[in-house]
Amino acid sequence: MDRKQALALYRQMLLIRRFEERCAQLYVEGKIGGFLHLYIGQEAVGVGAISQMRPDDYLIAYYRDHGYALARGADPRSLLAELCGKVTGISRGKGGSMHFYDVPAGNFGGDGIVGGHLPLAAGMGYGIRLRQTDQVVLSFFGDGAINEGAFHEALNVSALWDLPVVYVIENNRYGMGTSIDRASSVKDLYTRASAYGVPRREVNGMDIVAVRDAMGEAIERARKEKRPTLIEAETYRYRGHSMSDPGKYRTKEEVEQMMKSDPILLFGRRLMEQERYTQADLDAQDKDVLAQMDDAVEFTEKSADPPPESLYEDVYVRSPYIHLKAAEKDPAWRAAIREDRVPEKLPPWTPPAPREETPAQVEAAAGKAQ
Amino acid sequence: MALLTMREALNQALKEEMSRDPTVFILGEEVGAYQGAYKVTQGLVAQFGEWRVRDTPIAEEAIAGIAVGAAFTGLRPIAEMMTFNFSLLALDIIVNHAAKYRYMSGGQIRCPMVMRGPSGAATQVAAQHSQAFESWYAYVPGLVVVMPSTPRDAKGLLKSAIRDDNPVIFMENEILYNLKGEVPEEEFHIPLGLGDIKREGKDVTIVAWSRSVITSLAAAKTLAEQGIEAEVVDPRTLRPLDEDIIFESVRKTGRCVVVEEGWRYAGFGGEIADRVQRECFDSLDAPIVRVTSADVPMPYAKTLEKAYLPQPEKIVEAAHQVLYR
Repeated sequence: MDRKQALALYRQMLLIRRFEERCAQLYVEGKIGGFLHLYIGQEAVGVGAISQMRPDDYLIAYYRDHGYALARGADPRSLLAELCGKVTGISRGKGGSMHFYDVPAGNFGGDGIVGGHLPLAAGMGYGIRLRQTDQVVLSFFGDGAINEGAFHEALNVSALWDLPVVYVIENNRYGMGTSIDRASSVKDLYTRASAYGVPRREVNGMDIVAVRDAMGEAIERARKEKRPTLIEAETYRYRGHSMSDPGKYRTKEEVEQMMKSDPILLFGRRLMEQERYTQADLDAQDKDVLAQMDDAVEFTEKSADPPPESLYEDVYVRSPYIHLKAAEKDPAWRAAIREDRVPEKLPPWTPPAPREETPAQVEAAAGKAQ
Repeated sequence: MALLTMREALNQALKEEMSRDPTVFILGEEVGAYQGAYKVTQGLVAQFGEWRVRDTPIAEEAIAGIAVGAAFTGLRPIAEMMTFNFSLLALDIIVNHAAKYRYMSGGQIRCPMVMRGPSGAATQVAAQHSQAFESWYAYVPGLVVVMPSTPRDAKGLLKSAIRDDNPVIFMENEILYNLKGEVPEEEFHIPLGLGDIKREGKDVTIVAWSRSVITSLAAAKTLAEQGIEAEVVDPRTLRPLDEDIIFESVRKTGRCVVVEEGWRYAGFGGEIADRVQRECFDSLDAPIVRVTSADVPMPYAKTLEKAYLPQPEKIVEAAHQVLYR
């Protein structure tokens, strides 16, 4: 990782952090509805892992999915618009927080059923083997998912048929309000891989460099040897399971203790100690990211709600093998189109030009603040 | 025309589509080395190899999930359920994933897969192995549900199901696997969502699908001996539903009986009855009568099994009822 890339990764983690903070705010304001699961505290896992992917690799994850979409390059404007149920949203306002899909980037979401996407990840890996390409699949899920049958079925066939899938447990210690100690018979979750002969590794999920190392190795194994890996990234979510969870099942001390090893803080320190960046450099990134968030909010506020007729769109694919004269009595078939939709590509974010302020203006602004 | 069993017709469809399109592959329990629990996939692994005819562990959630994941990346998987009874273990994958990803992604994703296998009652295999699941799957927007009743329909509809870009639930029937019928020798397919008149008649309309078509045709024979000409309408696909072919028949006969092997309570026949009463109200000369299985789990004993299922006699009785005879 060179100096420039290191700063880019720092910025990605910061982008996720600020995005999630802005989401929390908009949720409280009633602009975001439904469930909202924030990724705050876990940023190093998604950013570190995804930074090792190739553009043609696949990604499929669970519902705490904002971080993956951002790390994989989705525009925060399309994501915030999705959260606010706008037609400009990445899933046209049909998915919401748990369903961020960005297929041109190989990102297949965003699954709301705990563990439900793990057999799908195996299927994407099977497809890769059948087509004989050297792509890999990354699949993220929480510690809660490892007790679902789907996890075991997926791991077994991935080892049985040598599927190029990297399974990443983001162990944030709680499946909603139940601590992993009360849900798993073994404490080291990665050891479950042994049951299926799957290579395994645990990694400090608060340390982006460690995550990158572990993922690099696993992705290499998948690409070259077509073998799966199970990685347990030990991490922590600072907020509740979702916005409606006050997190009373854990102590304030525990949360504060974990926040001392904050992934952004740790990596920022490293950038200053080892990569010759200054606090001012990092602050400048933060300022820029915050401006980008303001821009995303503005974009969302200007965006339209989905048109009523879109209710019936995107249920089916229009097909020459369906007798449409009969089928079209159903509005979902009338609205079906042949093509797949591609999320709208927005012009890249450019920070606003710094405003030149005269000393008089600065003084006037200070006066207003008083 | 060739005289084939439904098993042979299905096997031909699989073989032809796999030869035509290298992205088509089959996975399921015993589909390869064992040649299929019901021999529908006979000979395929030798021809196409183990990556395209994949024997799986007994893990229905994985079978369905692998099909869905592979379909997302552009392949055309055919997931065989040894019987649809076991598909309950894959229900989350089908209902929450296969049927919904296109919608939830705002149209970015398609899931061109088929889940196929026998559904409905077999013979004396009791409650967990003798169930009709069409009402469960037809309930779900995003799915296509197909239920053939003849070898010709089975082949033509399966070929369309494989080529179609939507997730298709293709329900065969164990009792019908040995049913013989004429199948065109030349290349053909039957579009999904198009019904068929299996017997013409002017006195009463009997709507039925899958094995119930055969039961209804037997009833129609008895009725004909009594001077009653029944028209047997087979929608062949339950979602989307060719309602026009049903409405046209009911407008002609003024009487309607709906036959299904599923339970009466919340069964698909109720959906048909609802549509017919709304669209053909002025043509109906009698309330619609439904013939279904009994609202109990399937019993084991032969006598009870017979009492449970729709029988030709029950359909004859229903026809008499709507004809006030």
